[in-house]
Order: sequence, then structure tokens, then C-alpha cells
Amino acid sequence: MMKLRAILTMSVYAILVTFASFWMAKQSYSWFPPEASAEGKLLDDLFSLFTGLGTFIYLGVIGPFLYSLIFHRASKYDLSDAPPIEGNTWLEIIWTAIPLALVLTLAFVSYRTYEKMSIRGPMELVHLHLPQVVESAYAEPFDSTPQQEIQNAAQSASVEQIDVTARQWAWVFHYPEQDVTSTELHLPVDRRIRFTLRSEDVLHGFYIPAFRLDQYLVPNQEIDFELTPVKTGTYRLRDSMYSGTYFAANQTDVVVQTPDEYQRWLADAATQTPSPAFNQAAYEYGQTSEPGAGSTKDKVAVRGWATIPPAPPPVVNYAPKHEPVSPPA
Amino acid sequence: MTNISLEPIDIVRGQPYPGAPDNWKRFFTFSTDHKVIGIQYIVTSFFFFLVGGLFAMIMRGELITPEADLIDRTVYNALFTMHGSVMLFFWTFPVLVGLGNYLVPLMIGARDMAFPRLNAVSFWMIPVAGVLMMTSFLVPGGPSQSGWWAYPPVSLQNPTGNLINGQVLWILAVAISGVSSIMGAVNFVTTIFRMRTPGMTWFKTPAFVWAVLGAQLIQLYGLPALTGGAIMLLLDLTIGTSFFAPERGGNPILYQHFFWFYSHPAVYVMVLPAFGIFSEVLPVHARKPLFGYRVIAASSILITIISGTVWVHHMYASATPPWMRMFFMVTTMLVAVPSGIKVFGWVATVWGGKIRFTTPMLFALGGISNWLFAGITGIFLGSVPIDLHVHNTYFVVGHFHYVLYGAIVMGIYAAIYHWFPKMTGRMYYEGLGKLHFVLTYVGTALIFLPMHPLGLMGMPRRVASYDPEFAYWNVVASIGGFLLGLSTLPFILNMVSAWIRGEKVGNNPWRAYGLEWLTSSPPSVENYEQLPLVISGPYGYGKNQPLVSNIPNPGLTEFPESLPKSLMQETTS
Ligand code: HEM
Ligand SMILES: [Cu+2]
Repeated sequence: MMKLRAILTMSVYAILVTFASFWMAKQSYSWFPPEASAEGKLLDDLFSLFTGLGTFIYLGVIGPFLYSLIFHRASKYDLSDAPPIEGNTWLEIIWTAIPLALVLTLAFVSYRTYEKMSIRGPMELVHLHLPQVVESAYAEPFDSTPQQEIQNAAQSASVEQIDVTARQWAWVFHYPEQDVTSTELHLPVDRRIRFTLRSEDVLHGFYIPAFRLDQYLVPNQEIDFELTPVKTGTYRLRDSMYSGTYFAANQTDVVVQTPDEYQRWLADAATQTPSPAFNQAAYEYGQTSEPGAGSTKDKVAVRGWATIPPAPPPVVNYAPKHEPVSPPA
Repeated sequence: MTNISLEPIDIVRGQPYPGAPDNWKRFFTFSTDHKVIGIQYIVTSFFFFLVGGLFAMIMRGELITPEADLIDRTVYNALFTMHGSVMLFFWTFPVLVGLGNYLVPLMIGARDMAFPRLNAVSFWMIPVAGVLMMTSFLVPGGPSQSGWWAYPPVSLQNPTGNLINGQVLWILAVAISGVSSIMGAVNFVTTIFRMRTPGMTWFKTPAFVWAVLGAQLIQLYGLPALTGGAIMLLLDLTIGTSFFAPERGGNPILYQHFFWFYSHPAVYVMVLPAFGIFSEVLPVHARKPLFGYRVIAASSILITIISGTVWVHHMYASATPPWMRMFFMVTTMLVAVPSGIKVFGWVATVWGGKIRFTTPMLFALGGISNWLFAGITGIFLGSVPIDLHVHNTYFVVGHFHYVLYGAIVMGIYAAIYHWFPKMTGRMYYEGLGKLHFVLTYVGTALIFLPMHPLGLMGMPRRVASYDPEFAYWNVVASIGGFLLGLSTLPFILNMVSAWIRGEKVGNNPWRAYGLEWLTSSPPSVENYEQLPLVISGPYGYGKNQPLVSNIPNPGLTEFPESLPKSLMQETTS
């Protein structure tokens, strides 16, 4: 009788937990910024799987835990001990083996996802780095859409090359074919993009949350980094690796356009004469070093310490028109 | 007139008796008694906890609005650097060393640590290093602003050009604390290996001692790497060598290897003792043996070994070659297994127990629930593709605070409450303790849970300003932060007033198994009149068998007169 009830309770709980896990796995897609790259879609699926399993483990453990805390309390005057159960070999083997199998599976699934992201060989490739143990990972035919998209993008047209330079504290994008420079990143949709990442001073992080990929820029190294935008729109590029005083302001917009718009933008920018772009760090630095001037300084309650001066604002063909607000809208 | 001469003096050591009830002066001496040193560690580090917490409050004040408008960016950057450094090097590490210092010799039936003088030296280096780090607020250019990682090239930039600058002081302070930790580790490992009382075989040794052993072994193999890295960084910074400076041909990524080779295992230096505390507190307050004690004990050592092989998971985005990413992903996932085993063991320990929700029990249970959550997000982070999205975002900040605050700080609180009657002979106030727990638990969830969605949305860590889309969760987090600040007040009030005038309780108010409960509260200078002869395992609840053969242990089987009033109230209300 007792046993039956226990089994029943456990089954009902297991079903509830399963439902909750599926629900969370679905929910997890809504926690992210827009899904604007093919790689991002792969990541979101992986994350959803982790969320589902994670929820299952969490609820599976916390349920019995709470149950026991509620129902196994000592009664008021009961100072006796509980039965001296010291362990159970089978139980211990099971709860070692299952997590072991689970994490190895998760590692394997993560590996597969990683492989699919880097279908044209390594997603990121380091020059000037001696041990190049990288072999291209050829993908087998696979029916998932993101991978198809990566494949299509990679095969349909040549890869779009863009040089990225980071410095304290600005981003400069160079389009070598047209020899255009810009402080805003424009990308054509559905094309494989190859960035060559360079840093002029310290470590920076090339991080566009809508694309779900983060890569450090390392001084003295050229790092190739590929991805495939699949959704037009305006997103945000954020420096993710702490780079000193104006780190938090080292951000810019990423505009993913249809190929036509993109070409028009490039042609347009090529006609502009290079001029200094607005730069948030240089702007704020100017405010604090000119005594008595400027709004930023007056707003700040505590004066700061010495800082590395920002590099002069980049001179580029194209720069978005920003109002001097912090952070730029 | 001369009160001093009336104090009982231990002739041999020229020290006042630590056990002398009212003699608080001993805490300000170069005492070699491990119990005095333990409390010195705990109180000193708690002071730094408050300092680091104050920095955090200011940071949360800045982050309550998107713009950088409360403090200058340089100040914010200095504050998060100092916050992280103080919290790790001057709070978490030393407070755990303090608890270990107090408890390990008592738990293994030793009269002191193996090298008492070394022990005292290790302690006194902590306030020296801490004050050194604080003085960096006074030098021109202010404190280091390169984060607690001090990654070059940012850490090498030195805007003032002075030789004495915040970064140099930071490195020196960290190096001193590292030397102190190495000396402490030698002391702990020797003590645990050589000074267990007769009869205490490895599998009669309490889980806490196993955990401390695992943690201190990590200090021994890991700290030399960090110290080496720090020295090279110092040379780069002061005399212009080129280990890490890229403009002189150095490799900044190399530093990251030195740093994380130690600093990943270091998180286990911090969390293992907390695990040990959970393993000690649960059986006492659930009146049941620790479930799977041998496995829990041995898994500590397993963690010690595996955690030495996972450091590159902090460097997935550092231009590491793919094979490295994959290798370290697998090892990182593996380290979750021994940690998971422990959680299952704890749940099985309380299952079917006779649970009493005393304050230490609440903190231990709360800590375990937070650790479960943090462990799961840790597996997320171990997966390379997921980490490439959330690395260096608030998701990571949420994760490690769930470990550090949710599990470790809660474990520390559990330990302080649980052994408070042993350290002082008095009982803390249960009501204040419960208030403290509720504030801490709610505050932790409010501040650190919202950091996870923030990170997934793409908010980078270490930012003084952020885009308005992140404002909502940041307000919630700031409120939680202030709540956590508030939560320390009932704790301080409780500790101070209970130490002065709390209810006097006997040697074993919890009716607990364990050698430390066989001696007086507070224990006398040499801990035991005669060394206990251990004859059974450490968690004999419900078995009605004596723990040692040569000391009577009345509290366990009889109805205890010594049961504190507060506990009776708890059980009768
Ligand atoms: C009231 C409690 C606390 C609050 C409000 C708080 C808040 C914060 C904030 C806002 C950051 C900066 C995040 C970023 O921008 O990257 C941070 C970083 C950090 N915190 Fe805490 N924290 C608290 C407690 C703790 C505790 C108890 C520990 C350690 C045991 C700790 C360890 C750290 C570390 C290691 C960092 C990273 C520092 C760095 O990025 O260099 N914190 N904390
Ligand atoms: Cu780690």
C-alpha cells in the first residue's frame, strides 16, 4: 500500500518534471536577442537542449530534497536519531553512472554543434601561431536548416572579406575590395563573412550577441573568424574583453542588409572623403580633461583617476551620425 | 593595577591561555594556538568582506541606471577590480583557512597544527597584504583597474608612469597572500597526514578534513604557477622585460595559462571546504549518518585531480586551437560528476532524517540548493558553443556569484553558526540567525538570478554603463544587492551580543558526534587532556556506539540537560 502510493507519487512527479523541462526548453529561445546568424540558430538549439536537461536535473533533485525537508522534520520532543543508513552501493553506482553518461553526451552534442558551425574549416583560425593542428571539418549531408544555410552561403558566392581593427577605444572596419573604411559594421545577409581580426593595443572581444559568437582580438596576431548573417536588421557589437577605462563605451552598430542595399552602401561610402568619426571615448575624455566644460563631468559625483588617453577618433569614409550621448543610442 | 600579571600565562609559550574566558587580548598577539589563529583569520577576513561588500554596493548604485553617472569610469573599474580581489584573496581564502585552522586539529584529535609558528606567520601576512592593497587607493593614479585577472596588456599600461602604482601594489599584495597560502598548505597537509589521533584511519576521518586536504593539495600544486606568472608580470611592469608585453614581442595569452592553471583549481580550494561543511552540518541536524561517506570523502580528492586539467575553459575565446577547446570541454564536463555525487549524497542524508531547522542547517540546505543551480549553469559554460556566446557576459558573473555567495558564503555562515558554541561556549540567538538566513537567501536570488538573463541578452561584464534594454533586470539586481548588504547587520549583531552575553551551553549542545565536541567549549590550550582513541567512523547517528574508547561522551545517548534553551524553543514552538 505504502509502496504503491510512493510509486504513484514518484511517477506523477516525474511526468510533471518532464513537462516542465520541455516547457523550459521551449522558453529558452525567448531569452536571447534576435537570432541573426546561422551559427546562432545552432547555438540556440543546443542551449535549449541544455536548458531542458538542466531543468530536469534541477527539479529531479530539488523535489525529493524539498519533500524530505517538509515531511521528515523531527517532531517537537523527539530527540532520537534517525535510522543509521550509511549508504547504498547500487544507488551510488547509478547516480555516478547516469551523470557520467549525461555529461559525456552533452560534450558530444556540443562537439557536433561546434563542428557544424565551422563547416568551411575552422571557424576561427590564427595566423602566426605555430601549432596549426587544424583540419577542415567536413560536414556530412545533414538536414538541419542552419547548416544548410551555412553550406549555401559558403558555396553560392565567394566569402566576403572584412578587416576588423580594434583599439582603445574604437572599432574600424575595412572593406578591402572597395577600400572603404567605416566605424559601423555593414554586412550582406546570407553570405559567409570572413573577418580578419587585429588589435592595435590590448585584448578586445569581438562580440555581437545577435550572432552568438565571441572572439578575442590579440595584439600581434591576425585571427580569421567566420560567420553567416541570416537576418537583416540593426544589432550591436560590444567589446566583450575588458580593455581599460572606456571599455563599456567601445560599442558600435551592426547593420545587416540585403545584398543590393549593402552594395549601394559600399558604393556610396567609397565616394566619401575620409573624415574623423564621432568617438565616445575621445568625447568623454575631452569632457573630463577640459576643466569646467561639458555635461558628463558635471554629472559625475566622484572624479576619476588617471587613464590611458584614447586613440584619436578614427578617420573613415563612413561614420554614423551620433548625438553625443552615453551610451550612444 | 597590573591586570596583566593576573592573567593565566602558559609558561612554556609565554602566551595567555586561549581558553581563559575573558581574555580577549590574546587575539591581538602573535599567538601560536591554532584556535586563536583560526578566530584571528575569521574576524580579519570578515572585516575585508565588509570592505569588499561596500565596493559592491557602490557598483550596484552605479549600475542601477544605464548611464555612467554616479562615479567616473576609472573609479568603477578600480572598484570592480578591488571588489573581486578583496573578496577572493582577503575574504574567501582566509576565512576558509581560518575555519580549517580552528577545526582540523580538533577534528583529528591533534593538539595543534604541525608548525604552530609558521601558522602564526601565515596569518599575520594576511592583514599586511590586505592593508598594502588598500593603500593603493592613496597612491597617484589610484588602485589597479585591470580586474582581478590582471590580464596584460591592460595591466601593463600604467597611465601615471610612476614606479609605485596601484598595479604594482596589487601584485605585491597578491604575492604575499600567495606565500601565506603556500605556507598554510604545507601546514595543513602535514597536519592531516601526520597528526591524526590513534585509531583515526583515513576512512574514520571526517569529510571536512578530507575536503580541506583536497583543497590544500591544490594550493601546493597550483600556486607556484600563479606566483611565477605574477613575478613575470611584475618584471614586465617595472623593469620592462617582455614576457607578456606584445609591443616587446611578449605573449599575453601565455599569462592567461599561468593565471588559470591556478585560478580554476582555486575555485575548488574555495568550494571544497564548503562541501566539507555541508557534510558535517547535515548529519548533526538531521540525526542521520552522512550518506555514502566514503564516496563523498574520496570524491574530494578526485576533484583535486580533475580540477587541475580544466583551466582552458576560461580561454575558449582566447584564440585557442580547436583541439584544445574540445579536450578541455570534456574534462570540464567530467569534473561535474564528483560534485554531483556529493549533492545526491546530501539529499539522501536528509531523506528520512529527523530534521531540525536550526540556523546552521538552514544555511547548509540553502547553500546546497544554490550549488545545485550553479553546478548546472557551470555545465552550460563548459560547452564550447554556449560559452562562446556568454563568456564575458553577466551570465558568468551570475554563475560564479551563485557559487561564491550562494554556496560558499552560505556554507561559511553555516559553519560559523554551527561551531559558534564550540568557539565561545555560548549560543547565538536563533531568531536573529533565521532573519539573517532569510535576508541572505532572498537577496542572493534577487541579485544573482537576474544576471543570467542579462548575460544571455548580451550584456558584457565589467561595464560601468550599458544599453537601456538591460535596465529592468539591473534594477532588480541592485535591490537584491542592497538587501544582501542589509543582511550582514543581524549577523554582526548576533555574533557580538551572543559572544558577550549569549546563553552558556555545555560542551556538546548539538549532541553531535565528532572529536571536537568531546572537549570543553571553548577548548583548552592543548585541546584534549588525553588524546582520544578513535574506534568508530565519524557519523554514528542512530547506532548508539561510542566514537572513542577513552573519553566518555554523555551528551549523545542520554537526554541532554545541556540542550540550549533556544533549541528547546525551536523544537517546542
Ligand atoms: C553583496 C554581495 C555582492 C555583490 C553586490 C557583488 C557584485 C558584483 C559586481 C557588480 C561585480 C562586477 C561584475 C562585472 O562588471 O564584471 C562583481 C564581480 C566579482 N565578484 Fe562580486 N558581489 C558580491 C559578493 C561577492 C562575493 C561574496 C565574492 C567572493 C566570495 C565575489 C566575487 C567576485 C569576483 C571574483 C568578481 C569578478 C571581479 C572581476 O571581474 O575582476 N562577489 N561582483
Ligand atoms: Cu574554471
